Amino acid sequence: MSQSTLFSRVVGILTSLLLMMPLASSADEEGHRLPFSDLVLTEPTRHFSDTQECVEPEDEMKRNHMNYILHQRDETMYKGIRTRQYALEECINCHAVKGEDGEYIRVEDPRHFCASCHTYASVNIDCFQCHADIPVRESTLQQSQSADSQHPAQAAYAGNHGGKIQ
Amino acid sequence: MSDNTRQMNSARREFLSKAGATAGAVAVAPGVFLTAPAAAKPADEKVSDDKRWGLLIDTGKCANGCDACVSACENENGWGGNDNSEKQSSEEQRAQWIRKVQLKEKATGHVSALPLMCQHCETPPCVDVCPTGASFRRVDGIVLVDKHICIGCRYCMMACPYKARSFIHEDLTDQKPWTPRGKGTVESCTLCVHRVDEGGTPACVEACKAENHNAMFFGDLYDENSEISQQLEQHGGKQIRADLGLNTGVRYRGI
Repeated sequence: MSQSTLFSRVVGILTSLLLMMPLASSADEEGHRLPFSDLVLTEPTRHFSDTQECVEPEDEMKRNHMNYILHQRDETMYKGIRTRQYALEECINCHAVKGEDGEYIRVEDPRHFCASCHTYASVNIDCFQCHADIPVRESTLQQSQSADSQHPAQAAYAGNHGGKIQ
Repeated sequence: MSDNTRQMNSARREFLSKAGATAGAVAVAPGVFLTAPAAAKPADEKVSDDKRWGLLIDTGKCANGCDACVSACENENGWGGNDNSEKQSSEEQRAQWIRKVQLKEKATGHVSALPLMCQHCETPPCVDVCPTGASFRRVDGIVLVDKHICIGCRYCMMACPYKARSFIHEDLTDQKPWTPRGKGTVESCTLCVHRVDEGGTPACVEACKAENHNAMFFGDLYDENSEISQQLEQHGGKQIRADLGLNTGVRYRGI
């Protein structure tokens, strides 16, 4: 076999592999498997509503979750606005993952919901140097949703303070 | 009183309390004011400069040897305590948001004790010197550090006349979700801002009440009908280092 034939064969195989890839990834999307990785994005403990999985449509959250958190951060820090819909604590309350031992997985472990994607994408986040990476107190988001027809962002948050972290 | 009258009264009361919540106080007749009890602001409402939160500490009632306020702050905000995650830091380096200080008057030998924490100045030196704008005063008078933009230069610690601020030297774990704290940033008493925003009172004040010492009062300094304002009006309250002209939000009686 001449060198040029070998080359064209290799190119052919690579091209067919590339063509097959979209098919492969769309099949995996059901299980929220990250492409090129064994990691699977875990399901949250509950959905925001019957029609919506997360606090905003899932595609929007995948791309822009950081903007919602950043906005909420400044609103809370400077203006004392303490709505729960985009609070980082509520992200954790819903998306925290438990290991086989029944304990919550910490952010150092790539199985942690935030860590799974961020490790994969090599995007370093500082959030959890200061913020809690596992649930500490009961979520007040669901309560505020079901209480009445009020928009969840307007519902008061009544946390149980003074609870010690175990 | 007939049922009708009662209904009218309750409706009237409701109206007045609603009006009071927006205006603070309602004039029902010249010179007569009705004030609604302080209600928690809705979670989506901004804090406003209609209020200025403050503390009054009665050193006469503050018991020598009692540190209920200090341990309450530790538990609430997750610093100090037995499970302290600042393991590498020395005693002087560790965070100290509030401390009990003993004062002895040399002439008489009289000893008084008082809790000392961030004094929530109206013109805070820590805010003046902060090169990034991380140290700021919220419109309702609470002085805070935005740790997202704090670079840990510690100028504010040097500028503070009350030694109220601490720097975190090492990685922390298991912080409270309502009090994020982390390595490389400066922190101090937040006046339990997360509780205040929900209409609560700081943990130290609650603990002092629970111990039946009642040496601490928390409230709105601008509201002339609040307990703290009335206490201040009747008995006065001094600033520590009043000569600096910082107009502190924390006042002391009996020093």
